[in-house]
Amino acid sequence: MTNAPRLDLDRIIDDRRTRIIVCCGSGGVGKTTTAAALGLRAAERGRHACVLTVDPARRLAQSMGLTSLDNTPRQVDGVDGGSLHAMMLDMKRTFDEIVEAHADPDRAAQILANPFYQSLSSSFAGTQEYMAMEKLGQLRHADEWDLIVVDTPPSRSALDFLDAPQRLGRFLDGRLIRVLTGPARAGRSVMGVLNAGFSMMTGALTKILGAQVLKDAQTFVTALDTMFGGFRERAESTYRLLQAPGTAFVVVATPEPDALREASYFVERLDTERMPLAGLILNRVHTSPASRLSAARSLAASEALDYQNERLVPGSPIGADGTAQALAVAALRLHAERMQLGKRERRLAEHFTSAHPAVPVAEVPAQPEDVHDLDGLRVVGKMLCEGF
Amino acid sequence: MNTDTDWDGVRLHVVTGKGGTGKTTVAAALALALATAGRKVLLIEVEGRQGIARLFDCPPLPYEERKVAIGLGADSGAGQGGDVYALAVDPEGALLDYLAMFYNMRRAGAALTKLGVVDFATTIAPGLSDVLVTGKATEATRRRIGNKESPRVYHAVVMDAPPTGRIGRFLNVSTEVSDLARVGPIRAHADTVARVIRSPQTAVHFVTTLEEMPVQETLDGLAELRELTGGAIAPGGVVVNMARPAMLSPDALALAANGSLDVSVLAAGLKAAGLGDDDHLAADLATELREHALQVALQDRARTELRKAGRPQYELPMLTDGIDLAALYQLAAALRKQGAA
Repeated sequence: MTNAPRLDLDRIIDDRRTRIIVCCGSGGVGKTTTAAALGLRAAERGRHACVLTVDPARRLAQSMGLTSLDNTPRQVDGVDGGSLHAMMLDMKRTFDEIVEAHADPDRAAQILANPFYQSLSSSFAGTQEYMAMEKLGQLRHADEWDLIVVDTPPSRSALDFLDAPQRLGRFLDGRLIRVLTGPARAGRSVMGVLNAGFSMMTGALTKILGAQVLKDAQTFVTALDTMFGGFRERAESTYRLLQAPGTAFVVVATPEPDALREASYFVERLDTERMPLAGLILNRVHTSPASRLSAARSLAASEALDYQNERLVPGSPIGADGTAQALAVAALRLHAERMQLGKRERRLAEHFTSAHPAVPVAEVPAQPEDVHDLDGLRVVGKMLCEGF
Repeated sequence: MNTDTDWDGVRLHVVTGKGGTGKTTVAAALALALATAGRKVLLIEVEGRQGIARLFDCPPLPYEERKVAIGLGADSGAGQGGDVYALAVDPEGALLDYLAMFYNMRRAGAALTKLGVVDFATTIAPGLSDVLVTGKATEATRRRIGNKESPRVYHAVVMDAPPTGRIGRFLNVSTEVSDLARVGPIRAHADTVARVIRSPQTAVHFVTTLEEMPVQETLDGLAELRELTGGAIAPGGVVVNMARPAMLSPDALALAANGSLDVSVLAAGLKAAGLGDDDHLAADLATELREHALQVALQDRARTELRKAGRPQYELPMLTDGIDLAALYQLAAALRKQGAA
């Protein structure tokens, strides 16, 4: 469909040095299915793969023969060759485990009960990204799998996944935290500068939030303070892991303006962050087995038939000819529409490839039906890796 | 006009949907459809994506209510209706606005931003930033031109809300915040916001395509909304987006779906159309018809599944040329024709 180099995914999954594949892209482009299909194909080509998904789509779990996915990797049955495990991220459980691992039991209990912690650990905004990074780090560290395929959270923006560790760092280094945790952490000189604004600020915070909220926040931040250092270190080491040569990022998109715009941002961002981009996967591309018949010719032919039919005497039996012609009109109109859609998609994809000519592209045609089982995933994997 | 729509008492339309289903497009079309002559409608975006600016082909929206389009006219003509305003709300702007409006503290607000209070709110307590953002939408919904007796500024407010997976928590502000703040001003603010969201003035519409996953997410989203809020937040309609019409009769579709369509009949038809010189064309087009038939069947199953939700259902066609302003008016007209606005 485009002049871009072809993305050879088999080469990537067959390369034993590839240890992590990250599927990223905006919501609704088929990241999770892509991740599962890649994981399955890699497993059947001899890898010991684990698919980490953040999408709670039950159907995908079912397609891998799992009744449910929880926070632990579960083995998928019916896989030939290597092995396949799959797990779904439970962000609250993952967060709780970090707290329990990093704080003594009393302090851990205190943190887990704090209302701020409960809000933070169960809310979607941001936490899911930290926890996905954390879990990825854990799985890689466990070293039980030689390939981890991860699907990024359905953030409002695909970039959130990359920003999570920095945002956490910025937050922890923020002056507010230093103020909240008090002089013990801030040090004398910082407090000197801040003192003037301090009473005004706590005054304002009390006014907006109420004294109790401020106190809870203070307790929470102080309690977390001791373990945040380690937490951040881990997030940063996962981030470095993503920059390492064993990682391959694949950006997933559909031939839609928004999805391709996000993909474009992401490609540029990966470049800035020196993260290894493997290429773009373009899902749900409309192709035609009869592409030799253009939309214009198809439409013209259907109109010619319509014109002939209009000349038939109304009410007279149309007979076999009429059926044939009605069928042809429908087929030609459908074909014209499909060719038009394909043309529009090609134009959109060319926007991307002309801006990023060196990025390899793999395309997957739109499927008439959803994926329901391992065979369905195999078909997707085959199209991804072998082309169509 | 507009006296007999499905949502006559509703003034805050919250539009959610799975990513990729066209939530922003539907929200924009709904705003155009609601803005009949003499009526002002505000379209709010909350996720900082500037999707509205792109749809209406205008520069990025600031934190300011700006006119972006003229609503759909009474006889469905474009550009004859009332005014559509748009606003991009971000938590930081909403916080400053809140401080200025309720405490006359704009400067202190700027200082708080510098100190990282906003980062604090969004990182440590996302519930707080949600209450600020929804607070802006409810404030616009309640706003009057002058004193208490004067008319409302906006006939309706349409919010392009977070996706289905997050909508329950996003709207359940009162409970989310009350876990954090049992008393105090932010609690009082949250309660005011919740009163509007939980009143019959608010309805939450779900946008979906006729595919399995978005349909499942819609049903899950409706169930979650009901469970989280005990039915206090009213579900609105289900807007099916990007539906493809069937090109064949049901009988022919059934034949095409199981691959038993007579290719020679199609070949005869193609010959009559002057395309008789390509031997494989009929077989190739039959493959396309088969895929079409499978898709139509999939769509029908999805529709049946969606009806289980028991919500009013609207349907918008797939537009092969993409979405531009003209297409938005076309979708707005379709929504109005079906009684959604």
